[in-house]
Amino acid sequence: MHTEFLMGNEAIALGALAAGVHLVAGYPGTPSTEVLETAAKRNPGSVYVEWSINEKAAMEVAAGAAYAGARALVTMKQVGLNVASDPLMSLEYIGVKGGLVVMVADDPGPISSQTEQDTRTFAMFSKVPLFDPSSVQEAYTMIQEAFEFSEKYGTPVFFRATTRVDHGYEAIDVKDEAEYKKLPVEGFIKDSSRWVIFPRLSVVNHAKIERRNAALSDTLSDYPGNQILPGQGRKGIASHGINFTYVQEALTEEVPLLRVATPFPFPERKAVEFMEGLDEVLCVEELDPVIERALTYVCGKFGLKTRIRGKLTGDIAPSGENTIASVRAAIDAFLEKEPVAAPQSDPLPPLPVRPPVLCAGCPHRASFYAVKRAMQGQKTIFCGDIGCYTLGNAQPLDMCDTCLCMGAGLGIAQGVFHMEPDTKAFAFVGDSTFFASGITGTINAFYNQADMTLVVLDNSTTAMTGHQPHPGTGRTVMGQVVEKVRIENILKAIGLATVEIVDPLDHKLAVKTVKRVAAEPGVKAIIFRSPCVAITKPKARAKVDPERCVGCRRCIDQLGCPALILDGKKAMIDTSLCTGCTLCEQICPVGAISGGDRDAQK
Amino acid sequence: MPKNENIILCGIGGQGTILASKLLAAAAMKRGMAVKTAETIGMAQRGGSVFSHIRLGEDVHAPLIAPGQADLIIAFEPAEAVRHLHMLRPGGRVVVSTRPIFPTSVLVGQSQYPVEEVIDYLKTHVEHLTMVDSEQAAKDLGSSKVLNVVLLGAAIRSGALSLKEEDILEAIHERVAERFHALNENALKYV
Ligand code: SF4
Ligand code: SF4
Repeated sequence: MHTEFLMGNEAIALGALAAGVHLVAGYPGTPSTEVLETAAKRNPGSVYVEWSINEKAAMEVAAGAAYAGARALVTMKQVGLNVASDPLMSLEYIGVKGGLVVMVADDPGPISSQTEQDTRTFAMFSKVPLFDPSSVQEAYTMIQEAFEFSEKYGTPVFFRATTRVDHGYEAIDVKDEAEYKKLPVEGFIKDSSRWVIFPRLSVVNHAKIERRNAALSDTLSDYPGNQILPGQGRKGIASHGINFTYVQEALTEEVPLLRVATPFPFPERKAVEFMEGLDEVLCVEELDPVIERALTYVCGKFGLKTRIRGKLTGDIAPSGENTIASVRAAIDAFLEKEPVAAPQSDPLPPLPVRPPVLCAGCPHRASFYAVKRAMQGQKTIFCGDIGCYTLGNAQPLDMCDTCLCMGAGLGIAQGVFHMEPDTKAFAFVGDSTFFASGITGTINAFYNQADMTLVVLDNSTTAMTGHQPHPGTGRTVMGQVVEKVRIENILKAIGLATVEIVDPLDHKLAVKTVKRVAAEPGVKAIIFRSPCVAITKPKARAKVDPERCVGCRRCIDQLGCPALILDGKKAMIDTSLCTGCTLCEQICPVGAISGGDRDAQK
Repeated sequence: MPKNENIILCGIGGQGTILASKLLAAAAMKRGMAVKTAETIGMAQRGGSVFSHIRLGEDVHAPLIAPGQADLIIAFEPAEAVRHLHMLRPGGRVVVSTRPIFPTSVLVGQSQYPVEEVIDYLKTHVEHLTMVDSEQAAKDLGSSKVLNVVLLGAAIRSGALSLKEEDILEAIHERVAERFHALNENALKYV
């Protein structure tokens, strides 16, 4: 044992390694990414780790390992679970031999996600047991228990943490490498009555799963993570995850507390014990009212008179992230205490809005700007996708008309085209997103005769989540150098006649190419290829010659590069941000900017 | 037992708040203090408003700090200081870099940034205020990349923390490449 200062996600990875995990697979997504990265970094050498091309692939790879009797960990964010749900729903019916833990990061707020979906609800739907830790230290121990549990009951299990646990840091006790479990892998044993899903097997297994989960409700009532903390009075509070710590911070007196670490199967006996002698229980939850519904059900089932309050009764906000302050206010109201008056403060001065923006020198800015200029005056739709380039929606670029989920821009562009054939439909997709879920959309468009320009923004990395390698990079997370999968080859193999590769930082050429390609019929593609500036660390800097600058603001108003600022009436460049991409140099009407070097950017 | 200490670091994605928070945590651990922190990670790191909460002491449950409970706010930018001011406890200290950073939203007229009003607000509403001229610091130190350490140094010397300069220095030596040690040391002692 030794002490380390760890991020929750790092602790989860180290916990899995200590549990003797043999294989880790996942797809990057905030707030889950660091789990797999840490597993790769701290690999004792015996673990196979991969960034899969999407969550479905990861889930299936992990299932294979678990079929062979190995311990496997799959990592993803909550929306990634939607992608992985097809294999997972069936896998629950088949079961596993080695322990399989599905680590899903939920994102109340949401802070960096499309939805506020709750994996605890998904657990009920898929019948997969779920663990929900409250702290970094607990995440570390609980994931080890999750592996044991998975293996013991032959089922995949969810390990769900939310952003504040995933991205919280704590100094915790962890095992030394010598203490890690070393487990043999038995290997896959052929048995088609076990591994091949047919309706008759599903009938039998479904009944088994329901029986098992009913029994687990009782077993989990004794699980130490499901915890009653005694207190005074006839009112109690039930909570989970990070919210449990908010409750502890907010309380000034000892109120009976129930913490639910396994919301599914719900520890009913424990809940009955908790509600004994309580008139009312407030459920402090984030995302769905899972505990609240379960307690309400338990009261009905066992004829208890306890009144259950929470989101469904309007005592807790139905959506969004909770805070210590919001939890304190809810508890004070529940306990009928005088709310502490918020100190009166003077009105704040107006503060600048500071949304995230594309970095200075980001090649995506140049790509969007080229398409914008080329298509000016035409009827267009610009369908965006998930990645840094979603930020192309911001003013002044304003180049993202839709964004739904990974790869959806391709389909949406086609649907709009079929209804409005006079619209020039564009689908923008990043390189990693293209591999994850852009290929089927392209084939669909080609086969179904859509008229669409596919713009692949290829910056040779998975930038938004912190630069993970993908099939186009020629590197794996294990450090192998592998054959690159070339996007242009895929597109040509599908049958696209036009696949142009252009440097977006060559503004004139980029605009010319877009004009020409967009005018062609059918599905055609432009690959804007230029590396992400966050990994290339460019050295050149552009400068504005204040003598020549006429203060027209064209550079600032058109590009929105954060390095371009004003000095009085003239433009000025913040040299600590500028990467010398030269885009502003190319659009200044009087040639006042110079000094950049777009080749040095590569 | 010493009481808990709550620190907020706030600024703009890319300014080095995360390293500063790691240095504080490492320094506190050297003192044998329990540490919990929470960070903004993800999209906001692309030039958006970011913050770190750092909580030192045994009696801490949540990694986040409640409003009105921060002993110290280290702000890398004046508007960000004001944005987080409601978190400061009465009598708490604010260490702030006075150089404003204008987002594109202001330049293209989508939001306002009355810098003088913002600075005045800090001066009139914060009893214990340390203002750091980061532009001058960058000139004197020959680098704008160590603003985080300059601010940490100012915070330590203000006496708002129980941590000592040598704790931070040790943490720097462990976490920063050797060729930057002298620069960081100068930065730490700058204010
Ligand atoms: S060259 Fe111009 S557009 Fe490119 S990063 Fe520098 S200021 Fe921004
Ligand atoms: S486009 Fe050229 S002239 Fe116009 S403000 Fe920018 S640098 Fe000055």
